[in-house]
Amino acid sequence: MLDCAIIGGGPAGLTAGLYTTRGGLANVTMFEKGMPGGQITGSSEIENYPGVTGEITGMDLMMPWPEQCQRFGLKHAMVEVMKVDHNDDGSFTIHKGDGTSEDALSVIIATGSTPKRAGFKGEDELFGKGVSTCATCDGFFYKGKEVAVIGGGDTALEEAVYLSNICSKVYIVHRRETFRAAPNTIKRVMDTENIELILNATPEEVYGDKMGVNGIKINTPEGLLDLQVPGVFTFVGMNVNNDVLKKEDGTFICDVNEAGEVIVNLRMRTSVPGLYAAGDIRIDAPKQVVAAAGDGAVAAVNVIPYVDEVKNSREK
Amino acid sequence: MAKYIESTSADFDATIAEGVSMVDFLAPWCGPCRMIAPVVEELAEDFDGKAKIVKVNTDEEQDIAVKYGVRSIPTIIFFKDGVQVDTMVGAASKDAFAAKINGLL
Repeated sequence: MLDCAIIGGGPAGLTAGLYTTRGGLANVTMFEKGMPGGQITGSSEIENYPGVTGEITGMDLMMPWPEQCQRFGLKHAMVEVMKVDHNDDGSFTIHKGDGTSEDALSVIIATGSTPKRAGFKGEDELFGKGVSTCATCDGFFYKGKEVAVIGGGDTALEEAVYLSNICSKVYIVHRRETFRAAPNTIKRVMDTENIELILNATPEEVYGDKMGVNGIKINTPEGLLDLQVPGVFTFVGMNVNNDVLKKEDGTFICDVNEAGEVIVNLRMRTSVPGLYAAGDIRIDAPKQVVAAAGDGAVAAVNVIPYVDEVKNSREK
Repeated sequence: MAKYIESTSADFDATIAEGVSMVDFLAPWCGPCRMIAPVVEELAEDFDGKAKIVKVNTDEEQDIAVKYGVRSIPTIIFFKDGVQVDTMVGAASKDAFAAKINGLL
């Protein structure tokens, strides 16, 4: 029986692992299907992680975390978690992708979020064939070529600036007149010569052939615009990864809001005793590395007394 | 200890010509590629003698990437006797990759 099972190995899960083990829990496993680090490893530049200055990528930022977090005995199980069950005796069962399972006294769920699909025609068929959600991964396939960026938030604008250094031209397609990104990021977009804004516009259809995308048709106030670009990058928000908390009947083992985000209090406690949530998966998450890490620490410092109490009562 | 094969355009066709191969198209700066790196290493051990686990650095080997229409990394292509039979885009679990390989053996 694990003292604590941490599901997910991004900033929230790693920090939860650091604080639970350093705080005295002996038997803690972090379940992460691959190398820990999380979605931030796909970001081209981090400007807002306190204490870290200079040009640094998400991958650079996360590089030392796993080693530090495992220094106090955190174990990493490189396996995908399919489902978490809440048992009658208050413990949890972690069902793994290899068909085996493991029991735990407490669970910190830190599964994060996944980029949303924008929902236009052809997007699913051409995903990975010119439609992408990762500029640092796929930008270099479009060196010297024109690309379109769909979205108007912080991520869309930051990645558009990154792409403008590689590509000959970047079109930003945004459904509104104004952007809701940080002023500093908006200014950088405006100051970049090879970025062109297409505002009040929504993608209609991305088209291509066997080798990939050839262009995208966009609804604009002036009519249908056909952009003949080989690359389309979408940054239109995130969906939380809450499947592991779903029961067979489709309901969740703990309370979630209408967006499927896990409802927590200021201790990151969910509606189920012993189940905590941290990072992007929780309600009102600012979706920032520093906040996710903070959540992981909060969840961990509250898990420790919970586990001690459960152990004491079980011994009696 | 079994290891994956790092392939270049000089030996790629010969590498995948016979049997079952799983080819991981990656680049060193790609976060999701790095995430599956330890998974690919374990697969090379697990399928030692049964299937070839191959890595192609698309940064250096753009010709192979272009030939197979790779425009997103990581892209994982499964070959049987030199013929492309399946493709996965993005990071996935070891079990998901192993299931694809087992399906071809």
